Amino acid sequence: MKIKSQRDFWSGLMFLVVGALFAWGALTNYSFGSSARPGPGYFPFGLGLLLAVLGAFILFEALTIETEDGEPVGQIAWKPLIVILVSVALFGALLPRLGLFITLPILVLMASWASDEFSLKGTIVSAIFLDVFSWAIFIKGLGLTIPLLPTFLAAN
Amino acid sequence: MDLLSNLALGFQTALTFQNLGYALFGAVLGTLIGVLPGLGPVATIAMLLPSIYTLDATPALIMLAGIYYGAQYGGSTTAILINVPGESSSVVTALDGYQMARSGRAGPALAAAGLGSFFAGCVGTVIIAAFAPPLTELAFKFGPAEYFSLMVLGLIGAVVLASGSLVKAIAMILLGLLIGQINTDVISGVPRYSFDIPELTDGVGFVAIAMGVFGFGEIISNLGQPAENRQVFTKDVKGLLPSGQDIRDALPAVLRGTALGSLLGVLPGGGALLAAFAAYTLEKKMPIKPHETPFGKGNIRGVAGPESANNAGAQTSFIPMLTLGIPPNAVMALMVGAMTIKGIQPGPQVMQSNPELFWGLIASMWVGNLMLVILNLPLIGIWIKLLTVPYRFLYPAILVFCCIGLYTLNNNNFDVYMAVGFGLLGYVFYKLQCEPAPLLLGFILGPMMEENLRRALLLSRGDWSTFITRPLSAGLLLAALLMVVVVSLPSIKRKRAEAFQEE
Repeated sequence: MKIKSQRDFWSGLMFLVVGALFAWGALTNYSFGSSARPGPGYFPFGLGLLLAVLGAFILFEALTIETEDGEPVGQIAWKPLIVILVSVALFGALLPRLGLFITLPILVLMASWASDEFSLKGTIVSAIFLDVFSWAIFIKGLGLTIPLLPTFLAAN
Repeated sequence: MDLLSNLALGFQTALTFQNLGYALFGAVLGTLIGVLPGLGPVATIAMLLPSIYTLDATPALIMLAGIYYGAQYGGSTTAILINVPGESSSVVTALDGYQMARSGRAGPALAAAGLGSFFAGCVGTVIIAAFAPPLTELAFKFGPAEYFSLMVLGLIGAVVLASGSLVKAIAMILLGLLIGQINTDVISGVPRYSFDIPELTDGVGFVAIAMGVFGFGEIISNLGQPAENRQVFTKDVKGLLPSGQDIRDALPAVLRGTALGSLLGVLPGGGALLAAFAAYTLEKKMPIKPHETPFGKGNIRGVAGPESANNAGAQTSFIPMLTLGIPPNAVMALMVGAMTIKGIQPGPQVMQSNPELFWGLIASMWVGNLMLVILNLPLIGIWIKLLTVPYRFLYPAILVFCCIGLYTLNNNNFDVYMAVGFGLLGYVFYKLQCEPAPLLLGFILGPMMEENLRRALLLSRGDWSTFITRPLSAGLLLAALLMVVVVSLPSIKRKRAEAFQEE
């Protein structure tokens, strides 16, 4: 069987699987109750089931209805995808340990590298600028409590 | 004249020196924070909730309302300037607003958004003052079954008016509803889908979803395109203020947007977001004049209409909150939280028990809107300067502000990780052309819908027919059904496809 629309095929599959997982999770872990006394599993089970049915419907359409160009998913931008997500996750991991002053430039340097117009000099300048700017706005201006310095320094 | 005396009481409250100060402070703070992409009003209000303990109820709510409008307007500013909607309701503004900015017309776009919003805000204020009391009467007739049906109508309305495949949009709503199920069950206290992670028992953060799906997803897909297709704003900026022709084009759109927004804002969950989508769809359906730029390429009507609708909707969405006591969106939910902190039970009785607060808040909405215009028109010049910053410097800055905003939500890095996950999901949605806005809407309404559904079933002893035997509920469901049928009719389906495809 040929896939007529790649995009709908994958989105249908996604909805089907996610819906089924939610419904299955609701049924096995939480009490379903009855219509007169709905339990915590009642609503998510219904929703999951409905989503799975819609997913199956989208999947079916993707396999049967002709489209002009097969609606391809297209090229996946691996480099920006991975670099951006990893640098944000790293920010989350490092901030409580190293503090804002060190973590922020790391985020800026790493994330800038995702662009195909990367230049080291400009990035360093903007990292320093953002460091000072964020300190002024968020710490001084809004009075947020964000760790600023690495824990081993701040302890003293 | 009841209306006049009520408004007079309101203005008496709002125009005291102290309350004006709080309104101004809120509007300034809101704008600043709305302009920082990622740091939305939800984060701000959440941050400020502790300081509200020290204020009286009226100034506290006036300030919160100021933040709300400010952030709404600030969110549109970033949507126009850098294509990152700061608020889910400015998603539509980004479509044509960003294109206008790219072709050097950021000034008129910002002015149209500001002035349109102000006009809509004025109308919205009058509408609240006039219609809140009768709607309160209606509110007493609302049981859980009616609330549930009303939310179904709101969700269906959002889907019908959104672009793209109808089935996919409904599936996205369901996905949003399911993500909203990750929490602690309100009725039985059982944590659901939390995998023993303590942070998840409080539910997934709205900000984490919004930033992940809209903010990060957008940056990744922008970077995925070759540099020459991306950004590049023309260096030749054509004027800061709209021309006479611009105003003539935008005015009818503002009027239509205001009407639509005032109407849809009353629906819980829909509110501003729904209104903006609907207004954009409506503007696209209107005949296009020969001298106009096509939609999606920078048509001023595509900014003015949704922006007015958005603001009118933001205004009238206070009606369900103040009268029915149900928050139509996350910001309002926080305001309800603030009210309860101050010992005020939101709901139909507020108008009788705290008339000063009720009418004062309504009057200060108008004051807040006025302040926004005064504040923002001179700032347009400065915003435009921002556009000269190349994207390769801009997006790391956006990431920085998002990350700091996420971290400060709970002073915890958990929300940062959540946003990473949703960023990935956002890119998947982008690739599969699944529109993320309905997901957000479903997510916000999910817990409320469930509670009302279960309560309605408890009351009817498990009889599902309660939703169709109660006349109000039946009417609401019928309206929802009609909407689906109407868009599914072949002739309209074709037209709908055309409306969204013509570039």
